[in-house]
Amino acid sequence: MSSFRVFDIAGSALSAQSLRLNTVASNLANADAVGSDPNSVYKARLPVFKAVYDQGSPDAASVQVLGVVESQTPADRRYEPGHPLADADGYVFAPNVNPVEEMVNLISASRAYQGNVEVLNTAKELALRTLTLGS
Amino acid sequence: MAALDPIFGIHAAALSVQSKRLQVLAANIANADTPNYQAREIDFAKVLSSTQKPIGTPSVQTLTTDSRHIPIAAQTIPNLDGLNLPYRVAQQPSVDKNTVDVQVEQSKFADAALHYQAALGFANGSIRGLTTAITGQ
Repeated sequence: MSSFRVFDIAGSALSAQSLRLNTVASNLANADAVGSDPNSVYKARLPVFKAVYDQGSPDAASVQVLGVVESQTPADRRYEPGHPLADADGYVFAPNVNPVEEMVNLISASRAYQGNVEVLNTAKELALRTLTLGS
Repeated sequence: MAALDPIFGIHAAALSVQSKRLQVLAANIANADTPNYQAREIDFAKVLSSTQKPIGTPSVQTLTTDSRHIPIAAQTIPNLDGLNLPYRVAQQPSVDKNTVDVQVEQSKFADAALHYQAALGFANGSIRGLTTAITGQ
Protein backbone atom coordinates (compact mmCIF):
# COMPACT_ATOMS: atom_id res chain seq x y z
CA MET A 1 0.00 0.00 0.00
CA SER A 2 1.21 3.43 -0.89
CA SER A 3 0.82 4.92 2.58
CA PHE A 4 3.76 2.85 3.76
CA ARG A 5 6.01 5.04 1.63
CA VAL A 6 5.82 7.51 4.53
CA PHE A 7 7.84 5.05 6.60
CA ASP A 8 10.53 4.77 3.92
CA ILE A 9 10.76 8.53 3.55
CA ALA A 10 10.84 9.35 7.27
CA GLY A 11 13.20 6.41 7.84
CA SER A 12 15.65 7.68 5.24
CA ALA A 13 15.57 11.09 6.94
CA LEU A 14 16.22 9.47 10.33
CA SER A 15 19.31 7.66 9.08
CA ALA A 16 20.57 10.78 7.28
CA GLN A 17 20.13 12.92 10.38
CA SER A 18 21.72 10.33 12.63
CA LEU A 19 24.73 10.22 10.32
CA ARG A 20 24.87 14.00 10.62
CA LEU A 21 24.79 13.64 14.42
CA ASN A 22 27.64 11.13 14.14
CA THR A 23 29.80 13.51 12.12
CA VAL A 24 29.13 16.27 14.66
CA ALA A 25 30.14 13.93 17.47
CA SER A 26 33.27 12.92 15.56
CA ASN A 27 34.20 16.55 14.85
CA LEU A 28 33.66 17.69 18.44
CA ALA A 29 35.52 14.70 19.85
CA ASN A 30 38.54 15.43 17.67
CA ALA A 31 38.42 19.21 17.98
CA ASP A 32 41.60 19.27 20.07
CA ALA A 33 43.48 16.36 18.51
CA VAL A 34 46.48 18.45 17.48
CA GLY A 35 49.34 17.26 15.29
CA SER A 36 52.62 18.53 13.91
CA ASP A 37 51.60 18.29 10.24
CA PRO A 38 48.74 20.49 8.87
CA ASN A 39 47.89 17.89 6.19
CA SER A 40 47.62 14.82 8.38
CA VAL A 41 45.70 16.46 11.22
CA TYR A 42 41.98 15.63 11.56
CA LYS A 43 39.66 17.56 9.23
CA ALA A 44 36.04 18.37 10.01
CA ARG A 45 33.66 15.98 8.27
CA LEU A 46 30.40 17.12 6.67
CA PRO A 47 27.62 14.90 5.28
CA VAL A 48 26.10 15.77 1.88
CA PHE A 49 22.35 15.18 1.52
CA LYS A 50 20.47 14.64 -1.72
CA ALA A 51 16.75 14.25 -2.46
CA VAL A 52 16.00 10.98 -4.27
CA TYR A 53 12.82 10.39 -6.25
CA ASP A 54 11.96 6.71 -6.42
CA GLN A 55 10.70 5.15 -9.63
CA GLY A 56 7.34 4.14 -8.25
CA SER A 57 6.51 7.47 -6.71
CA PRO A 58 7.88 10.53 -8.49
CA ASP A 59 6.15 12.97 -6.15
CA ALA A 60 7.71 12.20 -2.80
CA ALA A 61 11.45 12.21 -2.29
CA SER A 62 13.45 10.39 0.33
CA VAL A 63 16.87 11.54 1.54
CA GLN A 64 20.12 9.96 0.54
CA VAL A 65 23.53 10.67 2.01
CA LEU A 66 25.72 11.14 -1.05
CA GLY A 67 28.85 10.95 1.03
CA VAL A 68 30.88 12.58 3.74
CA VAL A 69 33.29 15.29 2.65
CA GLU A 70 36.19 16.82 4.56
CA SER A 71 36.17 20.53 5.21
CA GLN A 72 38.84 22.36 3.18
CA THR A 73 39.36 25.14 5.72
CA PRO A 74 43.08 25.32 6.60
CA ALA A 75 44.12 23.79 9.93
CA ASP A 76 44.42 26.12 12.89
CA ARG A 77 48.06 26.98 13.72
CA ARG A 78 48.80 27.43 17.40
CA TYR A 79 52.06 28.52 18.99
CA GLU A 80 52.81 25.99 21.73
CA PRO A 81 56.58 25.50 21.91
CA GLY A 82 56.26 23.26 24.99
CA HIS A 83 53.98 20.77 23.23
CA PRO A 84 55.59 17.38 22.47
CA LEU A 85 54.14 17.48 18.92
CA ALA A 86 55.32 21.03 18.16
CA ASP A 87 57.31 21.48 14.96
CA ALA A 88 60.75 23.15 14.70
CA ASP A 89 59.19 26.63 14.96
CA GLY A 90 57.14 25.69 18.03
CA TYR A 91 53.76 25.41 16.26
CA VAL A 92 51.14 22.65 16.52
CA PHE A 93 48.21 22.29 14.09
CA ALA A 94 44.69 21.91 15.44
CA PRO A 95 41.80 20.45 13.37
CA ASN A 96 39.68 22.94 11.39
CA VAL A 97 36.68 22.17 13.61
CA ASN A 98 34.56 25.16 14.60
CA PRO A 99 32.78 24.14 17.84
CA VAL A 100 30.09 26.82 17.39
CA GLU A 101 29.22 25.56 13.91
CA GLU A 102 29.16 22.01 15.22
CA MET A 103 26.79 22.88 18.07
CA VAL A 104 24.44 24.62 15.63
CA ASN A 105 24.58 21.53 13.40
CA LEU A 106 23.91 19.34 16.43
CA ILE A 107 20.77 21.25 17.40
CA SER A 108 19.50 21.37 13.81
CA ALA A 109 20.08 17.64 13.31
CA SER A 110 18.47 16.71 16.61
CA ARG A 111 15.37 18.86 15.91
CA ALA A 112 15.05 17.40 12.41
CA TYR A 113 15.37 13.89 13.84
CA GLN A 114 12.62 14.62 16.38
CA GLY A 115 10.36 16.02 13.67
CA ASN A 116 10.76 12.89 11.57
CA VAL A 117 10.07 10.65 14.57
CA GLU A 118 6.79 12.56 15.01
CA VAL A 119 5.96 11.95 11.35
CA LEU A 120 6.67 8.24 11.79
CA ASN A 121 4.53 8.04 14.93
CA THR A 122 1.59 9.78 13.28
CA ALA A 123 1.84 7.57 10.19
CA LYS A 124 2.02 4.46 12.38
CA GLU A 125 -1.03 5.55 14.37
CA LEU A 126 -3.03 6.17 11.19
CA ALA A 127 -1.96 2.86 9.65
CA LEU A 128 -2.97 1.01 12.82
CA ARG A 129 -6.37 2.70 12.85
CA THR A 130 -6.84 1.83 9.20
CA LEU A 131 -6.03 -1.80 9.96
CA THR A 132 -8.66 -1.94 12.69
CA LEU A 133 -11.28 -0.30 10.49
CA GLY A 134 -14.72 -1.69 11.22
CA SER A 135 -13.90 -3.38 14.51
CA MET B 1 -13.67 -2.13 -4.55
CA ALA B 2 -16.15 -0.81 -7.05
CA ALA B 3 -18.96 -2.76 -5.41
CA LEU B 4 -18.15 -1.19 -2.05
CA ASP B 5 -18.11 2.33 -3.45
CA PRO B 6 -21.75 3.10 -2.64
CA ILE B 7 -21.04 2.16 0.99
CA PHE B 8 -17.89 4.13 1.61
CA GLY B 9 -18.78 6.80 -0.91
CA ILE B 10 -16.49 9.77 -0.95
CA HIS B 11 -14.56 8.68 2.15
CA ALA B 12 -12.50 6.03 0.36
CA ALA B 13 -11.38 8.70 -2.09
CA ALA B 14 -10.70 11.10 0.78
CA LEU B 15 -8.51 8.47 2.45
CA SER B 16 -6.38 7.95 -0.63
CA VAL B 17 -5.98 11.69 -1.23
CA GLN B 18 -5.01 12.38 2.38
CA SER B 19 -2.62 9.43 2.45
CA LYS B 20 -0.93 10.79 -0.66
CA ARG B 21 -0.80 14.23 0.94
CA LEU B 22 0.78 12.75 4.09
CA GLN B 23 3.40 11.15 1.87
CA VAL B 24 4.25 14.40 0.09
CA LEU B 25 4.42 16.35 3.37
CA ALA B 26 6.56 13.64 4.98
CA ALA B 27 8.95 14.00 2.04
CA ASN B 28 9.09 17.76 2.62
CA ILE B 29 9.89 17.28 6.32
CA ALA B 30 12.45 14.58 5.52
CA ASN B 31 14.23 16.90 3.08
CA ALA B 32 14.21 19.93 5.38
CA ASP B 33 18.03 20.01 5.31
CA THR B 34 18.63 18.91 1.73
CA PRO B 35 20.17 21.63 -0.45
CA ASN B 36 18.16 22.62 -3.57
CA TYR B 37 15.09 20.66 -2.45
CA GLN B 38 11.83 22.40 -3.31
CA ALA B 39 8.83 21.76 -1.06
CA ARG B 40 5.75 20.43 -2.86
CA GLU B 41 2.08 20.17 -2.05
CA ILE B 42 -0.99 18.48 -3.48
CA ASP B 43 -3.24 20.82 -5.42
CA PHE B 44 -6.61 19.82 -4.02
CA ALA B 45 -8.62 21.57 -6.73
CA LYS B 46 -6.75 19.60 -9.39
CA VAL B 47 -7.39 16.28 -7.60
CA LEU B 48 -11.04 17.18 -7.19
CA SER B 49 -11.43 17.95 -10.89
CA SER B 50 -9.72 14.63 -11.75
CA THR B 51 -12.39 12.76 -9.75
CA GLN B 52 -15.16 14.48 -11.65
CA LYS B 53 -14.14 13.17 -15.04
CA PRO B 54 -16.66 10.39 -15.54
CA ILE B 55 -15.24 7.09 -16.71
CA GLY B 56 -18.07 4.89 -17.94
CA THR B 57 -21.61 5.82 -17.03
CA PRO B 58 -22.58 6.43 -13.42
CA SER B 59 -25.19 4.09 -11.93
CA VAL B 60 -27.24 7.03 -10.73
CA GLN B 61 -27.90 10.17 -12.70
CA THR B 62 -28.53 13.51 -11.08
CA LEU B 63 -30.26 16.48 -12.63
CA THR B 64 -27.95 19.47 -12.91
CA THR B 65 -29.88 22.65 -13.39
CA ASP B 66 -27.03 25.03 -12.70
CA SER B 67 -23.49 25.21 -14.04
CA ARG B 68 -22.18 25.07 -10.46
CA HIS B 69 -23.86 21.77 -9.68
CA ILE B 70 -21.48 18.83 -9.39
CA PRO B 71 -22.81 15.77 -11.22
CA ILE B 72 -22.34 12.29 -9.78
CA ALA B 73 -19.42 10.65 -11.52
CA ALA B 74 -18.88 6.94 -12.02
CA GLN B 75 -15.29 7.17 -10.83
CA THR B 76 -14.88 8.38 -7.29
CA ILE B 77 -11.30 7.26 -6.69
CA PRO B 78 -9.13 10.18 -7.75
CA ASN B 79 -6.22 9.72 -10.07
CA LEU B 80 -3.18 10.47 -7.94
CA ASP B 81 -0.43 9.52 -10.36
CA GLY B 82 1.25 12.03 -12.59
CA LEU B 83 -0.34 14.95 -10.79
CA ASN B 84 2.62 17.24 -11.45
CA LEU B 85 2.56 18.59 -7.91
CA PRO B 86 3.09 22.33 -7.61
CA TYR B 87 5.98 23.76 -5.60
CA ARG B 88 5.43 25.82 -2.50
CA VAL B 89 6.53 29.47 -2.51
CA ALA B 90 9.08 29.94 0.27
CA GLN B 91 8.21 32.50 2.91
CA GLN B 92 11.83 32.82 3.96
CA PRO B 93 14.15 31.84 1.11
CA SER B 94 17.42 30.28 2.25
CA VAL B 95 20.93 30.37 0.84
CA ASP B 96 20.99 26.67 -0.09
CA LYS B 97 17.82 27.05 -2.23
CA ASN B 98 15.82 24.79 0.07
CA THR B 99 12.22 26.01 0.34
CA VAL B 100 11.05 23.78 3.21
CA ASP B 101 9.62 25.63 6.19
CA VAL B 102 9.46 22.85 8.80
CA GLN B 103 6.82 24.59 10.93
CA VAL B 104 4.51 25.01 7.94
CA GLU B 105 5.04 21.41 6.87
CA GLN B 106 4.39 20.08 10.36
CA SER B 107 1.14 21.98 10.71
CA LYS B 108 0.02 20.81 7.27
CA PHE B 109 0.99 17.26 8.19
CA ALA B 110 -1.15 17.49 11.35
CA ASP B 111 -4.00 18.86 9.22
CA ALA B 112 -3.69 15.98 6.73
CA ALA B 113 -3.57 13.44 9.59
CA LEU B 114 -6.74 14.94 11.04
CA HIS B 115 -8.52 14.78 7.68
CA TYR B 116 -7.38 11.18 7.28
CA GLN B 117 -8.77 10.30 10.72
CA ALA B 118 -12.03 12.05 9.94
CA ALA B 119 -12.43 10.02 6.72
CA LEU B 120 -11.58 6.86 8.67
CA GLY B 121 -14.23 7.77 11.23
CA PHE B 122 -16.88 8.21 8.54
CA ALA B 123 -15.89 4.94 6.86
CA ASN B 124 -16.09 3.23 10.25
CA GLY B 125 -19.57 4.68 10.70
CA SER B 126 -20.67 3.17 7.39
CA ILE B 127 -19.35 -0.23 8.45
CA ARG B 128 -21.10 0.02 11.80
CA GLY B 129 -24.33 0.90 10.06
CA LEU B 130 -23.97 -2.13 7.81
CA THR B 131 -23.18 -4.39 10.77
CA THR B 132 -26.28 -3.18 12.54
CA ALA B 133 -28.34 -3.87 9.42
CA ILE B 134 -26.87 -7.37 9.08
CA THR B 135 -27.15 -8.45 12.70
CA GLY B 136 -30.35 -6.53 13.34
CA GLN B 137 -29.17 -5.40 16.74
